[in-house]
Amino acid sequence: MSVFQTNFTMQTDTRRRGPVVEVLHQLLCSGTFLTGVVIVLFWVACALLGQHFVPYNALTEDIINALAPPSSEHWFGTDQIGRDVFSRVIVGSRDILTVAPLATLLATLTGTALGLFTGYFRGLVDDVVSRILEAFMAIPGPIVSLLAIVALGTSRIMVIVVIGLSFAPVIARTVRSAVLAERELDYVAAAQLRHESTVHMMFVEIFPNVIPPILVESTVRLGYAIFAVATLSFLGFGIQPPSPDWGLSIASNYGMISGGFWWTVLFDALAIASLVIGVNLVADSVQAALND
Amino acid sequence: MVFLGGQVLPGNVGRAILGPFADQGAVDTLNHTLGVDRPLLTQYWSWISNFVQGDMGTSYIYRSPVAPLVVDALGNSVKLAFVAFVLVIPIGILGGAVAALNLNRPLDRIITLGGLSMTVLPEFVTGIILILIFGVWLRWLPISAAWPHDAGFFRQLYHLILPSMPLFLVLFGYVGRMARSGMIEALDSDYTRTAVLKGLPWRTVIWRHVLRNALLPTITVIATQTGYLIGGLVVIETLFRYQGVGSLIFTAARGKDFPILVSGTLVVGIVYAVATLAADFLYSMLNPRISLGNEQ
Amino acid sequence: MTNSAKAENALELTDLSVAYRVAGRNRAVLRNLSLTIGQGEAYGLVGESGCGKSTVALTVVRYLPRNGSITGGAISLDGQNVMKLDAEALRRARAESVSMVYQDPGKALNPSIRVGRQLTEIFELGGVSGRAATDRAIAMLNRVRISDPVSVMQRYPHQLSGGMQQRVAIAMALANDPSMLILDEPTTGLDATVEAEVLDLIAQLRQELSASILFISHNLAVVSNMCDRVGVLYAGMLVEEGPTEVVFNDPRHPYTVALLRCLPRGGQRKDQGRLDTIPGFLPGIGADIKGCAFADRCALADDRCRSELPPLYDLGGRLSRCFHHDKAQALPRATPSDVAPVPKPAAAPVLRVARLNKTYASHGHALRAVKDVSLDLLPGETLGLVGESGSGKTTFARLLLGLVPPDDGGTIELEGKALAPRLENRSDDQIKAMQIVFQNPDSALNRSHSIRHLIGRALKRLAGLSGKALESRLNDLVRSVRLTDRHLAVKPRQLSGGLKQRVAIARAFAGDPRIVVCDEPTSALDVSVQAAILNLLADLQSKEDVSYIFISHDLAVVRYLSDKIAVLYLGRIMELGPSEDVFSGPHHPYTEALLSAVPKLDQTETARIRLDGEIPSATNPPSGCVFHTRCPRKIGAICEQQEPLLAEARPGHAIRCHIPYAQLAKLQSSTPPLEAMG
Repeated sequence: MSVFQTNFTMQTDTRRRGPVVEVLHQLLCSGTFLTGVVIVLFWVACALLGQHFVPYNALTEDIINALAPPSSEHWFGTDQIGRDVFSRVIVGSRDILTVAPLATLLATLTGTALGLFTGYFRGLVDDVVSRILEAFMAIPGPIVSLLAIVALGTSRIMVIVVIGLSFAPVIARTVRSAVLAERELDYVAAAQLRHESTVHMMFVEIFPNVIPPILVESTVRLGYAIFAVATLSFLGFGIQPPSPDWGLSIASNYGMISGGFWWTVLFDALAIASLVIGVNLVADSVQAALND
Repeated sequence: MVFLGGQVLPGNVGRAILGPFADQGAVDTLNHTLGVDRPLLTQYWSWISNFVQGDMGTSYIYRSPVAPLVVDALGNSVKLAFVAFVLVIPIGILGGAVAALNLNRPLDRIITLGGLSMTVLPEFVTGIILILIFGVWLRWLPISAAWPHDAGFFRQLYHLILPSMPLFLVLFGYVGRMARSGMIEALDSDYTRTAVLKGLPWRTVIWRHVLRNALLPTITVIATQTGYLIGGLVVIETLFRYQGVGSLIFTAARGKDFPILVSGTLVVGIVYAVATLAADFLYSMLNPRISLGNEQ
Repeated sequence: MTNSAKAENALELTDLSVAYRVAGRNRAVLRNLSLTIGQGEAYGLVGESGCGKSTVALTVVRYLPRNGSITGGAISLDGQNVMKLDAEALRRARAESVSMVYQDPGKALNPSIRVGRQLTEIFELGGVSGRAATDRAIAMLNRVRISDPVSVMQRYPHQLSGGMQQRVAIAMALANDPSMLILDEPTTGLDATVEAEVLDLIAQLRQELSASILFISHNLAVVSNMCDRVGVLYAGMLVEEGPTEVVFNDPRHPYTVALLRCLPRGGQRKDQGRLDTIPGFLPGIGADIKGCAFADRCALADDRCRSELPPLYDLGGRLSRCFHHDKAQALPRATPSDVAPVPKPAAAPVLRVARLNKTYASHGHALRAVKDVSLDLLPGETLGLVGESGSGKTTFARLLLGLVPPDDGGTIELEGKALAPRLENRSDDQIKAMQIVFQNPDSALNRSHSIRHLIGRALKRLAGLSGKALESRLNDLVRSVRLTDRHLAVKPRQLSGGLKQRVAIARAFAGDPRIVVCDEPTSALDVSVQAAILNLLADLQSKEDVSYIFISHDLAVVRYLSDKIAVLYLGRIMELGPSEDVFSGPHHPYTEALLSAVPKLDQTETARIRLDGEIPSATNPPSGCVFHTRCPRKIGAICEQQEPLLAEARPGHAIRCHIPYAQLAKLQSSTPPLEAMG
């Protein structure tokens, strides 16, 4: 198949569309991508506007109606202190959708900087930094986050920083290997033969060519950041009460599962599941489109 | 490379963990009147040398030596992880291979997208859903992983099925995806074409020519997932109230029980390093280009 | 052995149509292709990339890519309808009657299985196993002239050289004694001397075996040496077919005529006229073709050609799909052959290289990639660098450019001033004076930048231009490499290979260079595109008085463009002299062997020299003359003990050989040595 693909490019004049247009076109034609986008946008809309539309305040307690099963009044029932589960689920996306993207952004920025730097300069700098990153990655990620948060305290900023920094080495590794591959290409030698500056080399010549892998890696990481934030919240080290956060709600209610109060946890679980799957569908189709 | 990573690992773990803990630790020592007021480096050194001799210190919470606690917990965790691995290796590889052989057909889409989605679901989410379905509504499986003291092998296995499922689901996506892409690459390769054009039966082509080359990268992935698995254990063991290394570390973290926290983490790091080394070894055994590489 | 009653023809394709599904549409690759190959016949299929050659091969063995499908026609292999075979019958046909060898033998062999096992499994299919299968495998390796089969059996493919790998692949293909052998570019990518060996082997095996051969190649000369009949493929259609000699000497289709004119032949040189070119582009895959597929690019085409598909005219034992087959050879040239005479005033050398060395450290050994190279280059002159892979051609070019620092001691002088070894320490004037055109434009052009940016940036940095001045120089430059304004806005990947290479050339010329290094600039291109690029380089040279250092493995191309030739072997110059002297001889035995290895279109050569064995490793070069291990004219112990000097045999012509010049002249005018030494 590859033989055929090259021929196709070789023999065409200027009939091909630009790469960006082509990727966009492919994404918009992809059912996977559109499904993912719809799911993610739904939760983003809930996070932004949800509080104006939900029937109850997510934080209002109503002990008399505690643990009510789903009914026409409380669609998803109420939790152990009588808060409306439906309202909480809708509004519960707010914190995770702030923390996870910011953590991903931090990871992407740090990782890209580290990867560009080590990949471009190679040599000793690269060896030292790469070894450190590798050793860092050798410790299971969740444990790192757990330890760091225990040590440094639990706050929203801390969660962002810890998750952001623990994801950065992975992105750095991806960027570094992409940069190393680019460095071998002849256009770098051609730029050297024009006496281009290091800054020009890194940011004008090489950087634009490593954007696709960065884009792919950071959408994938966004999925895992949501994973990580939810998990930390569930363990009590992430988002703190009284937020209606999904992971937090599950943590405070799952003890009653054997009592049959399934509605207190099921909807939150499904909400997390749908958000994570949505992000991942997007990541998967972006990857497919860019690797083509 | 990973070997070197493994070499520097204990030192780095120590630094990464002990470094940030210094202040907190000092505060804690006062509170618990355990009297650790020596300089950090000395503290670190004596702790390391004790650790190597099997003495991991005394737990603040349990008021008992750390070593037996960690060893017991590790044993339990290994049982749980083992069940997940035993399930995921054949099923993941099979799934990936089946997907690759049906490339772009519905079966492939189902396995790939399904597997992929499972991979990113947090374990407590799948765990909760599975508990609700199999434990609460259908009542087929026990909700708690803690088995009675006199439980035999099968009884223990019965209790481990539900907790191992979330781990299995996460790993399935990883392993399946690697196996699938390895298979696709091998199936599209010139050497597979050569094998087919020799007139070998399809079965022989797959078993002799495709699988071995296809699964080499998967082996590495399985080993690196040991690291993930350990993180996953923290959640699973907490959710299912199972006495493993994960829940031990979690409890220690909540109670700021540093001896347990540090030892547990270090043990986990060592397990991970060993697994990675084993994978490197296996990989070079199976890959003639590495084991005999320098001959030419 | 399986056919008691052989069918009349080994292979018959009837109205075969194949399509690839791309972006939801079926795009035709082969259009109603019909051809027959008789028993024992060798049939060559030639055409440029994208014409569907390889698709023919894959269709015959029913191994199309997933998105490919046969949309019509029939394939009959030894009388068997291949398209009607069920899976098991197809497997049997592959096991018993058809075999295939293709490009890149390194990938064709399974990397994790020993060579022996990959051979014996074929015999096991035929019910021979164990000791007997091993014996048969060893016999098969002997048959493909592998001297140490027992040890080769024990090795993994990556432990063999490219030539050995291809021998093994051929052995595997012949193991089932096929009645039909398909060779798809079997020597493309191999070094010239290795290619010659493999082709010799195939020719010898043809005498021994009964197999019919379908030989697919882009190289007309290879096909002309190997095949009885040849078919010319264009846009998935057969446009001409006939006995090889007849087609190549007396072509009757304008495409064949034009293709042959694109090749530099018979020692043609740049000052003797331009090469002809083929204007326009091959129709894209799946293009809707009304009339003759070649009409858009054909100067003979009239309205009828554009509206009506010409039939395959039978011209008595040969076929041509052209209404004007009788006057095909009157096809007007697409490029005028006149060239401006090149003035050659005596001048001081623009470049002087003295005692240049480069040593790499490789696994603790010193690898001498370039050893003691000294040479001069005059303004407006082209120096051709030839030699097999690993001879140090590219390293030498990189040393000159400063991309790689040379060992201490040597000097490079540009216009009388010494150049710093490292690029960073050279002045802006020095760097703009020496630029490069790389082999692969996909790698050399930054894919994120538009053509305008790529050329504009070079003008800004190298010529120091900006604003209006830059804009007008940009337009001049773009025109001088025959690109148009509409090419400026696009990114490299939207251009064809030839156009990309023009952009790279424009970039190299941005700062009015004195010297341009051309590192295999046409080897990734089809011959018609190659001709246009060679013309362009020659035109620019006569206009700008620039010097070239031209690296190529294609000796005809080097000869066309070069005034002076340096022949490299293991980093050493073995011969250096004016182009005509080096090519016409007497020359170094290595040069002699290289020239002899080139397949020639006109089959004039009868005597051939073949080099045995592999190029020795540069980390551990042979003692004495580094070429003695492969030299067919080795005279004795002195060759093994003492490295000969690069001595001037005639003014300007130096040869590194112990054999005196007069002796070489005598040896090379008589018959060549019968057997190459091992």
